Amino acid sequence: MTTTRQATTQVYRVHIRATPQAIWDAITRPEWTDRYGYGGLAEYDLRPGGKFRSLATDAIKRAGAEMGIETPDVMVDGEVIEADPPRKLVQTWRMLMDPEIAREGYTRVTYEIEEGSGGVSKLTVVHDLENAPRLAVLVGGEREAEGAGGGWAWVLSDLKTLLETGSRLAG
Amino acid sequence: MVTYGRTVTDDDRVFKAMADPTRRFLLDLLYERDGRTLTELESELDMTRFGVMKHLRVLEDAGLVVTMRSGREKLHYLNPVPIRLIHDRWIDKYRERQVSALADLKQHLEENPA
Repeated sequence: MTTTRQATTQVYRVHIRATPQAIWDAITRPEWTDRYGYGGLAEYDLRPGGKFRSLATDAIKRAGAEMGIETPDVMVDGEVIEADPPRKLVQTWRMLMDPEIAREGYTRVTYEIEEGSGGVSKLTVVHDLENAPRLAVLVGGEREAEGAGGGWAWVLSDLKTLLETGSRLAG
Repeated sequence: MVTYGRTVTDDDRVFKAMADPTRRFLLDLLYERDGRTLTELESELDMTRFGVMKHLRVLEDAGLVVTMRSGREKLHYLNPVPIRLIHDRWIDKYRERQVSALADLKQHLEENPA
């Protein structure tokens, strides 16, 4: 099937048995961000205008090299627009792994965390992808078969597994 | 509300929601173009507005559709995460089985050299 999604906003929601603070830390702290999804060490200055970078580790660079990909030191960069820990984080987001995607420029990601009942919190990720069709395909998980990862759905599934079981998905 | 056995009930809601062809069609519509209003979705179906609302509610309860307000409009988005969770859990199980099968094979070969 080769249908391509025509949307400039993607919305993802997952319920995680964890506190809002634990989820916030998993999004913003490098010791957590390298343990799920695409990995990498997040570096946040959590105030409006503060910088965001996701840095490649040696392990990521090695894994990339095996696939013939040269990984830049900074994989994703952006700027914090709003930080209200542990409830809401709005930031710009530009992927630098692929020159063509990098040229699409900055997009916008909003994380919202709500505490629910029974120790379960709700995490909603909204990715505004206006003028970024290539990035939309990537974060939509449509290039997974090429080894480009499963996008946000995969990242959030892995994050849920990590926070609820202490380990990540196999593979 | 059901409390625990939560994982099981979440999966149940997903499978029940997807067991209906109209609801699968609604998901297909949102896959093609996300962020549609009820009016837009209704125009694609030969069904009353109330009927479409009912189906959307089932999809929302299963977490497969997330609604967001945009001005006066309520927009419907496809949320693939619940399906991904089911997928990843099964893939994980198969991988574990493959890994343990390989470990068994290794042990067998080492204990019974040709």
